[in-house]
Amino acid sequence: MLWRFHGGLKLAEHKHESNRLPSTPVRLPKTLTVPLHQHIGLPAEAIVQVGNHVLKGQRIADGVDHISAAVHAPSSGTVVAIEPRPIPHPSGLSALCVVIDTDGRDQWIDREACTNFLELDRREIIRKIHDAGIVGLGGAVFPTHAKVCCPVVPTELLIINGAECEPYISCDDRLMRERPAQIIEGINVLMHALGTERCIIGVEDNKQEAIDSLNQILMLMDEGERIQVRALPTLYPTGGERQLIRVLTGREVPKGGLPANIGIMCQNVGTAAAVYEAVVQGSPLISRMVTVTGAGVAVQQNVEALIGTPMIDLIDQCGGYEQGVAQLVMGGPMMGFALHRDDLPIVKSTNCVLAADKNELPTRPTPLPCIRCGECVKVCPAQLLPQQLYWYARAKDFEKVQEYKLDACIECGACAYVCPSQLPLVDYYRYAKSQIRAQARDRIKADQARQRHEARDARIAREAAEREARRNMKKAALNAVGDDADKDSKRAAVAAAVERARAKKAGQQADSPLNPSSEPAE
Amino acid sequence: MDILTAILAITVLAAAFGLLLGFGAIRFKVEGDPVADRIDSMLPQTQCGQCEFSGCRPYAEAVAAGEAAINRCVPGGESTMLALADLLDTDPLPLGEDAAEPVKTVAIIDEETCIGCTKCIQACPVDAILGAAKHMHTVIGSECTGCELCLPPCPVDCIDMVPISVTPATWQWPHPEFVQPDTQKAA
Repeated sequence: MLWRFHGGLKLAEHKHESNRLPSTPVRLPKTLTVPLHQHIGLPAEAIVQVGNHVLKGQRIADGVDHISAAVHAPSSGTVVAIEPRPIPHPSGLSALCVVIDTDGRDQWIDREACTNFLELDRREIIRKIHDAGIVGLGGAVFPTHAKVCCPVVPTELLIINGAECEPYISCDDRLMRERPAQIIEGINVLMHALGTERCIIGVEDNKQEAIDSLNQILMLMDEGERIQVRALPTLYPTGGERQLIRVLTGREVPKGGLPANIGIMCQNVGTAAAVYEAVVQGSPLISRMVTVTGAGVAVQQNVEALIGTPMIDLIDQCGGYEQGVAQLVMGGPMMGFALHRDDLPIVKSTNCVLAADKNELPTRPTPLPCIRCGECVKVCPAQLLPQQLYWYARAKDFEKVQEYKLDACIECGACAYVCPSQLPLVDYYRYAKSQIRAQARDRIKADQARQRHEARDARIAREAAEREARRNMKKAALNAVGDDADKDSKRAAVAAAVERARAKKAGQQADSPLNPSSEPAE
Repeated sequence: MDILTAILAITVLAAAFGLLLGFGAIRFKVEGDPVADRIDSMLPQTQCGQCEFSGCRPYAEAVAAGEAAINRCVPGGESTMLALADLLDTDPLPLGEDAAEPVKTVAIIDEETCIGCTKCIQACPVDAILGAAKHMHTVIGSECTGCELCLPPCPVDCIDMVPISVTPATWQWPHPEFVQPDTQKAA
């Protein structure tokens, strides 16, 4: 039995353009630019230096925290720079990258293969996942080891996300068709690590070939009991984690909570395949399937690209640009973002490079005022009130925006898609979210500064008090010493004066007429 | 007799509640000034003294006591002023004429020029400068509030304020430009 989530949209799929051809590997580029921050959490820290020779699969950066992920050299070569380079990001800014000049030999490190992962205990598996730098390949790039290692409650159900609901993108589709055995083995590894006995793979019913290929392998491996494939009605955004859980189980993930709170874990099919490669073959995450699509590219297809390959190489491999290409987008037309240039590296989150022409992604007409029609409320899969959120985000009333649960917004773009006034609603939500994040950062910094200032004031007061105390002590000591000395010297002076007077008197009495020397002195 | 019972009952109740209130007043006494605390928590804590108070806390106390205006915090800018107006339920006040959107900066010591006089260390309100007498000093960037208090005491003018550069992690989505059709017409 399947449930349905609130709202959602039927969109033109545009998947056939790219999913007919089998995937091909991208030629090894001369230079690989590997960003150190390709995941949620803290950036990884480089452990190689400029001039070092690295082998394919060698770790070049370590995760610095629990929520962080390692980065590996995608091919063998020499590290020629570790410096900020432009990365695919909506800001168009640069971030620290390790730049490797490849030597063309593509020489692997010694890989630690594992013939029977059932002999490994869960900690060992999680360590392998951690060391391989695996992150969620569905787009959120959350470090997988952090997700698998410590669920709040025991995981009863593993959900594998093969919905791929966004138009144009077909990389998961091709992966399920071409490497179903890897995905199933990866699922087995994950189930072993989690101690879970049930798994459902959710695939939208517009990918019948993928469903067939998975079912065939499941039959061959005789895993049909534990692992099931479910065909889901094609409805955007079924691939959202909460939406998928809702469709498959009818359960709601609590607001502000995680699927782990209700004993469910979601992983993308690509992540499952990466887990197989890491644990069974000992290969870290150094490449991924990327859909190259849009009317702006000659041959629309999927390619297996090394992380760090310039996007233009993918376009070239797919026959180059077509006339009329207007925009390059990373991700799909709903949730993707426009890129400022085409030589940016492929990163772990690059599921699609969309070279769109003017008809595919028309420029938005000037927005009209909100007419409160409520269409956005009908389609919102998170059951929010997009028009209220828009209103408050536009007025910069971030408290109210939070009251209306902006943090539950998954930025799927369904509201903006149906808006008759063509309001760029998601842009407002992104703006409000980043403002709220910045305010939280400022607050933390202010609290730190307050603490340090108070500590300094306390220190200055303490030092002043100590100085005062020392001065007082010295004074007291000096006074005590001074008093004694004074008395002694006074007494001595008095005694000496008395002595002198006595001597004088005696002298005067003895020879006063004979001693005139005292006269001039007077 | 009835009237006596009533009087007695009222007296006992009054005494009981009086005791309860008295106990509550002592037991749950609020230390400090909660309004000043809340104002203080809204201030950016740069401790820069541009409000002409010696730090954020004294300014917060002055605002709470009604002795200072809410528009004196320069690094806080408009958003802090509006937040204070909201908290104190007063009308927003205009910021100074030359008030621009505050730019976050951090101090950098030119280590070639620094003579190690320690004067900036003493001036720093958050102990963000590291160094010793006749040794080069340096700023702990993550702790610097950009208050500029270290600039005047420096005898060799070796401290520069540089704007904090934006990284992908701190970058913010811009407010979507939205020109209402009616305002367009008006213009």
